[in-house]
Amino acid sequence: MIPIPDKPDTVYFFGTCLIDLFYPEAGLAGIDLLQRQGIRVVYPQGQSCCAQPARNCGFAEDARAVARNQLRHFPKPWPIVVPSGSCAGMMREHYPELFAGEPDEAEARAFADRVFELTWFLVHVCKIAVHDQGAPVRVTFHGSCHSQREMGVRDEPKQLLRDLSNVTFVELARPAECCGFGGTFSVRLPEVSGAMVADKVADIAETGAAEVLSGDCGCLLNISGAMAKNGSPVRARHIAEFLKERCYGK
Amino acid sequence: MASNLATAEGAVSTAPDFAARASVALKDAGLRRKFRRAMDGLMTKRAAQFPDADAWTSLRARGSAIRRRSLARLPELLEQLDTRCRANGIQVHWAETSADADRIIQGILTDHGVRTVIKGKSMVSEEIHLNDFLARHQISAVESDLGEFVIQLAHETPSHIIMPCIHKSREDVAALFHSQIPDQAYTDDVDALTATARRVLREQFASADAGLSGVNFAVAETGTLCLVENEGNGRLSTTLPPLHIAVMGLEKVVERLEDVPPLLTLLTRSATGQPITTYVNFISGPRRQGEQDGPHEVHLVLLDNGRTRIFGDSQLRETLACIRCGACMNHCPVYTRVGGHAYDAVYPGPIGKILTPQINGMETAGDLPHASSLCGACGEVCPVSIPIPNLLVRLRGEAAHRDPASTVKGNGARHSSLEDLTWRGWRLMYSIPLAYRLGTRLLTLVGNAMPASLPMLKNWTSVRTKPQFARQPLNVLVRSRGIDHE
Repeated sequence: MIPIPDKPDTVYFFGTCLIDLFYPEAGLAGIDLLQRQGIRVVYPQGQSCCAQPARNCGFAEDARAVARNQLRHFPKPWPIVVPSGSCAGMMREHYPELFAGEPDEAEARAFADRVFELTWFLVHVCKIAVHDQGAPVRVTFHGSCHSQREMGVRDEPKQLLRDLSNVTFVELARPAECCGFGGTFSVRLPEVSGAMVADKVADIAETGAAEVLSGDCGCLLNISGAMAKNGSPVRARHIAEFLKERCYGK
Repeated sequence: MASNLATAEGAVSTAPDFAARASVALKDAGLRRKFRRAMDGLMTKRAAQFPDADAWTSLRARGSAIRRRSLARLPELLEQLDTRCRANGIQVHWAETSADADRIIQGILTDHGVRTVIKGKSMVSEEIHLNDFLARHQISAVESDLGEFVIQLAHETPSHIIMPCIHKSREDVAALFHSQIPDQAYTDDVDALTATARRVLREQFASADAGLSGVNFAVAETGTLCLVENEGNGRLSTTLPPLHIAVMGLEKVVERLEDVPPLLTLLTRSATGQPITTYVNFISGPRRQGEQDGPHEVHLVLLDNGRTRIFGDSQLRETLACIRCGACMNHCPVYTRVGGHAYDAVYPGPIGKILTPQINGMETAGDLPHASSLCGACGEVCPVSIPIPNLLVRLRGEAAHRDPASTVKGNGARHSSLEDLTWRGWRLMYSIPLAYRLGTRLLTLVGNAMPASLPMLKNWTSVRTKPQFARQPLNVLVRSRGIDHE
């Protein structure tokens, strides 16, 4: 269990490389939600990627070089809030082992302890109160494997959705099952990955939801791509974007 | 009927790589349905056995500690096991390789003039391909576990370590029995099918010259072999024939008798969702003077087959903590979709993905660690906390990099200069802030013009649309929105 820190005055925002390339509006929404909780948000310009792709492929040295860049650019002792359970899991769970025996191991450990997933941080640290201003809608939520298993984010995002008065939240039949993304897995074993995402898309369709939300852009890229290929009308987006729109408008 | 069987067997691909074998398996809708249904059932049953998260956490910690403590003292515990077993009248044999184990077992059987050996379920006997070896020496091995009996009739291999014929439906078994067992009328009534197997096997039990079994745990302090099962075939195999041979991987030793109950609690609940199996056998030697039953001779064959090498690496040693419950495969989203045969290995699923490359080497099994989305479901349910996802990552590295200090079999066998170069390029872009900002700018400007025929993109777009790059990256947007961006 991750210890809950006191609400800080300032946090760092780690935007993630997928948000940079594909979902910048999710990053902006995450920053906005934090700011509306009375927190100053600092976005270090030197940040890049958590280094998970190389680490997961067994390229630890290349991963360390990229991870080291993050260690350098978040120097103050502020919490580092991440709009992705997977990137957060990489930094919190795997940096300590990635840097084991390295000269900057202690720095990596201290960095890891400051990493938090966005929805978890909004719920437990900011104690966010959501006030729904949107039209009635039915939604479902896909929690990423790493947000659930590495960051312990289980009910937090779903509770936020349930708290929205005009939103009907419907749970997936298999909320803990992988969507088949897995980073390079999706292109190394496209058929297996394809079978997994097809099942996820069917599960989403079963809920009758108009939107599927997630806290992770890797899963979103995978699920939305598969739904679009099938001509599914279900919209997929980051939960931060959805929450911001429901509570504060576009 | 025979033609149906041929079709079913034809679906099992023998392609050299996992991707190709998985591709064949995925096209078999019936197979996917069977695995999905079976794995759903096993997951539900297991979950019902661990309703209290705190109780699960503490039991798991206990089991994990027992296995770690046993492994930490493995060499001395094996010596102790050897001594105590001998004191109990169990003859102990050490086999360095699969071939050694086969020869030792065949030697014992030949010395006793054995023509037929009845077998309880043993994955180690699969690992050493014992049945084929014995057949070449005119000794017939008869599988008596119902699942193993079915796949032996079908000339197949197990697709799951606990439920070897999980890939077969009731109708598959009905057709198989009808075609393979003389005078067997077609029936898909489960009770009737079980009764048939019982009838055939009873005759084998009565006439077999020897029994062979696996071992779930061996207790060093007492020289006791523990064996769990549900059908009574294990007890019959180990008590009815005059000769019993037990074969085990040398990692299965535990320190004390009191170590066994917590491990059994974890094993049976994790495996089949049972609080206890129908039969729990503790074997501590042959029939003693004045006793009415039991074999006259008991032999224990301890198999290394690469385990000492695995033991030598403190991280990979975790692989040896496994108690073979199969929960990792029951919960694996990849295994559930492709089934056990796609792994083309004795041990399929997540545990197989870390064990097989280490035993067989990276040359033939180096692609298995990549057959995972690293979702972590396996590590989450492992009753002895083996960090399977981390070990998969470690083995991916072992396959990709040549390291003279590595003890992993076939280290570096999958090395690719192109892959090295790709990651080096990635590293340059993502470790130099200016390069990253330029790179993300460039990709958001022209990325959408990339043709879908690019190798990686082609794989991606086989089931998905092309990902749409944003107009501007977040690192640019934060500046225009006045967000603090030091």
